[in-house]
Order: sequence, then structure tokens, then C-alpha cells
Amino acid sequence: MSEQYPSLEGPQCPMPLSHDEQIVIGHGSGGVKTHELIKNVFQKHLGNAILNLGNDAALLQFGPEIPDGKNLVVSTDAHIVSPLFFNGGDIGRLSICGTVNDVSMLGAIPKFLTATFILEEGFSINSLEKILLSMKTAADEADVKIVAADTKVTEKGKSDGLFISTSGIGWVDSDLTINGASAKVGDAVLLSGPIGNHGIAVAEARGNLGFQSQIRSDVAPLNGMIAELIKAVPETHVLRDPTRGGLATTLVEIAKQSQVTIKIVEELIPIDQDVRSACDLLGLDPLYMANEGKLIAIVPAEDAPDALKALHAHKYGREAVQIGVVVEESSGQLLFKTPLGTTRRLDMLAGEMLPRIC
Amino acid sequence: MSKTSINPESIRHTKTIIQEIRRITTKPWNIMEICGGQTHAIMEYGLDQLLPEEITLIHGPGCPVCVTSLEIIEQALQIASLSNVIFTSFGDMLRVPGNKQDLFSIRAQGGDVRVVYSPMDSVKIAQQNQDKQVVFFGVGFETTVPSIAASILHAEKNGVRNFSVLPANVLVPPAMHAILQSPGNRVNAFLAAGHVCAIMGYQEYEPIAARYQTPIVVSGFDPFDLALGILMCVRQLESGHAKVENGYPRYVTRKGNKAAQAMIEKVFEVVDRQWRGIGLIPSSGLGMRPEYKGFDATERFDIEFHELSESPLCIAGSVLRGVAKPIDCPAFGKVCTPSHPLGAPMVSGEGACAAYYRYHKVN
Repeated sequence: MSEQYPSLEGPQCPMPLSHDEQIVIGHGSGGVKTHELIKNVFQKHLGNAILNLGNDAALLQFGPEIPDGKNLVVSTDAHIVSPLFFNGGDIGRLSICGTVNDVSMLGAIPKFLTATFILEEGFSINSLEKILLSMKTAADEADVKIVAADTKVTEKGKSDGLFISTSGIGWVDSDLTINGASAKVGDAVLLSGPIGNHGIAVAEARGNLGFQSQIRSDVAPLNGMIAELIKAVPETHVLRDPTRGGLATTLVEIAKQSQVTIKIVEELIPIDQDVRSACDLLGLDPLYMANEGKLIAIVPAEDAPDALKALHAHKYGREAVQIGVVVEESSGQLLFKTPLGTTRRLDMLAGEMLPRIC
Repeated sequence: MSKTSINPESIRHTKTIIQEIRRITTKPWNIMEICGGQTHAIMEYGLDQLLPEEITLIHGPGCPVCVTSLEIIEQALQIASLSNVIFTSFGDMLRVPGNKQDLFSIRAQGGDVRVVYSPMDSVKIAQQNQDKQVVFFGVGFETTVPSIAASILHAEKNGVRNFSVLPANVLVPPAMHAILQSPGNRVNAFLAAGHVCAIMGYQEYEPIAARYQTPIVVSGFDPFDLALGILMCVRQLESGHAKVENGYPRYVTRKGNKAAQAMIEKVFEVVDRQWRGIGLIPSSGLGMRPEYKGFDATERFDIEFHELSESPLCIAGSVLRGVAKPIDCPAFGKVCTPSHPLGAPMVSGEGACAAYYRYHKVN
């Protein structure tokens, strides 16, 4: 065997790894790696003329970007969900829809979003791209642009894969007064479709069900449907999405804000049979399960048929129904009529929703 | 808490039964539903609002979360805060207050506390985390015991040595004796819990009905089953009978589930147990037999005892014995709420105070 000598000519340093498969601390350094990540990953999916300018802030001009004479509406929402992917959605879709929906609940038209990504060292860039693609799809559907974004990287173990915080800006006609304090005695309480699906889909993705189900999260941008509703019923009093805490908690919030008693009827509340069965098995109450694509609309009773017609015409409102009425002025409470004809009071969710023993 | 949608036919039958109860009731009667699940369903559907005023439903001590003693809760908290332990529990135990803390606070301080739906999940967690001790909080009445026994037998068979159970199971019949013997007892009849009887049968209630001349009717959990159970109690009371009747025959037989009973018998033996709010009830709990002591978490971990005290405001004991209603408590709904419980019955969905807080009829 002849002796081999290493060549002493040319560069000898090993090429550093590019780390384009997972997040490393260097991606948060603000240097070359950060810029590569922004250019190759974030802008690839989320890029648009304003974001791609690469400035520290986005300039939004009245006139071209925001119509003159409108009121600005701003909302912000942080998204942490475990696991990041679940049946029917993922944290990316959630982070767009959550903020789009929050802005829309004042009757506003959401137009621009900002996003902050908190990434954990070691997070897969492939997963990140899937999530960004999902954000892009949801943003396109909602017709909103991400105009500013930021990325930070935490050390391994200091966060949970990926957190996304988004803020949204939109505008609203100054003569609209849709808010949680506007429910009036006699109003009809409408719900855009069946409840509980998102909560169960996430529980299943966590492996908490112990069985397989086909239940999909309802996560969806509701601004299109809301625009149709407001066009049909400009007199709409309250819009609210029953997210965390579920339908019951959200209606109690509205009742307290508006200082009224709201009465809903159990038999009228749409719940998919498989969601009901899963809740039964798990000892959970669908009235308190989170939704991410449902709308509560409170409208004057005489406008209820028009409102329902507008909701039914939209793909996210096909199963919209009236579930109750605003019955009287009070310090704010939610009443629930059972199938036996008895009435009880519903309260907000106390804390974490816990399954019962038996 | 959750509901199977009850069909219109069942609603109609329930209303018919309630009419019959109203028709035959002539005297005041106190009927105790033993099980917290039944309390919950009664309040959820407002069944109590439909009964004639002569009939008072008394909520029994049948919420395993509520009656688990402060001492055992403190043991759980100590074990759960150990760094090498994954502490697993049914969900609603997490919020039960111990002396100063609950399992949520332990989790917030870094303890690994996980909600599971079955003790078998805990065995699985133990197999996946061989470097940790995995403990299951064995609470519940006779209903949860077979699955806990099965998990211990499974762990034994598969050599899962890092799994153990903190035993806190309690038994229904000794509590019924305690209630019927207590001074001030006003229970005239019992609704026995259908799921407990599905395991244990109802044979063991026959001596109780005979000895105390108290009707006992096995009952289910939906409004129809409960109304039927109440009707069967009232019929016996009005006609002077006192026997055990089965109002839940689609799931319950007199002798119960022999296979499940055999599994319980193999792993557990009857022990005396403290009931929170009630005190020591002889022969009312289950502990591991000597040959399964290796799976007993109290043997495996070194636990210190501190002086234990309950909130002086809380009347949980009287509520659990059926002597007082939650609304009789000065703290109810004021300083004691589901988000800030002073006593265990406000914690679990099955606790009488929590059921009252969530569902009490609108005045």
C-alpha cells in the first residue's frame, strides 16, 4: 500500500454548514444568516411590494392604501398552538385568520398585517416553509398583505417550536357602530355554523382523544362573509367570534358589555354529531370549546331573515341559524333553555377546560 | 357537562314521568342522588325545577374529586413536585386545592403534571420515559378501579417498574351507611349510580335498604333515567316499601361485571379511608394488596406530613353529607367560585357546589 500524502495546496478549511434545514441561533443574529432566511424563506412565501422594500417599518399612505375619511382599526393576536399542524389547519392559517377576524369584528375591512415569528433553535425550515405557505394561502383568501415582519430565535428549549404574533390594520366606515356593547333588547342572536370543531381537532392532534376522528378545525377568515352581512344588514349591532372559551363565554362577555340578558335555546345550537360524541366521551362541553371560523352576529329582530340569507350565501355560513334573543336589560347574563323547557344560567369558562372523571 | 343530544321522544317520556311523579306525591320526601354525575345532569337539565315542591333532591358525596382527603392531595402535590416524576391524573383533580397549592401550581413551578384519560396511558408514558417515575393519581369510585387494576396488572406483566399508583379510590356502600347513621340524616331514599352498579351490581345495596328501611333505585344519567329513578323512589316511599330496584336495566345486572370485580379483587383490598369534609369512614377505600405494594406510590416515595387545615368558611362537609345545600354556604358564589374554589365541591364539574354555580335556576 503506497503512502498517501494530503495535498497542501488550496484552501484547507472545511466549508461551514449552510444550516438550511433547521433553525440555528445564527438565524436570529441580524447578520447574513438572518438576511438569507428572510430572503429565501419568508419573502419567498409572504413577499409583496411593501414588505420587499426591506425598511424598518411599512409606510401606508392614505389615498392609495387606505381610503380617506375612514376610521382605522387595529388588532393584535399571539398564536401558540400545540401541535403546530392539526386536521383542517396549522399555526400559520390560524395566525392570519385570528387577526383578520378580530379586525373584522368591528365591521372593518382588514387590509394589512404584520407578523412576528419566534423560532426555537432546531426548528425545521421545511416545516417553517409549509407554515408560511399556509399563511400565504389564508392571506390571499382574506385579501390581506403582510407588510412588516420580524424574526427572533430562542435557544433550544426556551420556546416551543414556533410562536407567531400578528397585528392587523383595517378601516371602517365612521357611521358603523358594531361592537360588543351594542346588543339591544329584542335583537336576534345568530350563529354562523356548528361549534366545537376546532377544539376537538386540536385535542385529537395532541393525541388526547385516544381514537381517530375526521373532525376538522373550522379555522377560516371571516371578513368576506362579514362584508356580505354588513352589506345586507348595515344595522348589525354585534359581531364576535367565539374563539377561546367558546360560545358560552363569548356570549357572557357580550351580555356583560351590553348590560343585557341573552337567552339561547339548546336545541337550536348546531353541533356536529361527531363533535358531540367526542365531547361526550371526553367529558367536555361543546359550548366551551374553541372555534376559529365561527361568527356570532346580533342583529335587530326584523333584520334576522336578511342577515341569515347573507350568511347562507357564503361558504362559511351555510349552516347559520338563529340560536336566541336578547331578552332584557340586566347586569349581563346568559340564560340557556334546556330541551325540558327549564332554564339555567351559563357562566364563563372558569380556567383551563378539564375533562371530568366519569 | 357535555350532553348526548336527547331525542324529542325521550323528552316527551321524561315529561310524562314527571307528571306521574306530581300525581302520586302526597308527602315531602328527600331523595339523595349519590353520584356527582347525576347531580350534574339534574342541574344541567333543570330537572329539579320540574319536580313537585314536596320532593327535595339532596346531593350526595359521590364526587370522587371532592371527597379525596386533603392528606392524599398533599401527597399528590409532594410527589408531583419531585424532579424525576411525571405525575398523571384525570383532568379535574388538577384544580383541587390542597393546603396552599394545587396541581396547576406544581405544574407552573416546573413539575411535570399531565392529564390522561386512562391509567393505561400512564403506563404507556412510563414505557416511553424509562428514566422517570410515572405516577397515576388513582381517584374515583368503583367505576375507575377496574381500569386502575388493569393498568397495574399490565405494568406487572410487562415489567414496567417505573409506574406506580397513588391509591385514593373510595367505595359507595360504606358512605351510604355513614349518611344513614349520621345524626340529622334526612335522606328517605337513594338514587344509586348506574355506572357504579354496572361494575359492582346492586346486590350489595340490598342489606342497606333492608337495615335502614330506605328505598334504593339504580338510576342512569340522562333526564329520562333520572326522572324514572325518582318516580320509582316516590312509588316505594308513598307505598311504604323499602327495597332495591333496578331503573337502569339496559346496563346493570344484580351481580354486576364479574370479570371487573375479579380484577379489583386481585389487586386491591378494602381499607379505612378519610373522606374530605366527612371524616374517616371504616372500610370505605381501596389500597393495594401486599403483593402489589410495589406499585403503591406512597411506599415508593418519601413523603412528609404537614399540619392540614381547611378554609374555615367552607361548609363542604355538610354539603357532602347532604345536610346543607351549596347555597346555604356564606362563601358560595362570593369568595368561593369555580375559578377560586375554597373547597373541593366547587372544583369538579361533578361537585355539588360547582353544579349549583353553573346551573342553578334563575330566580
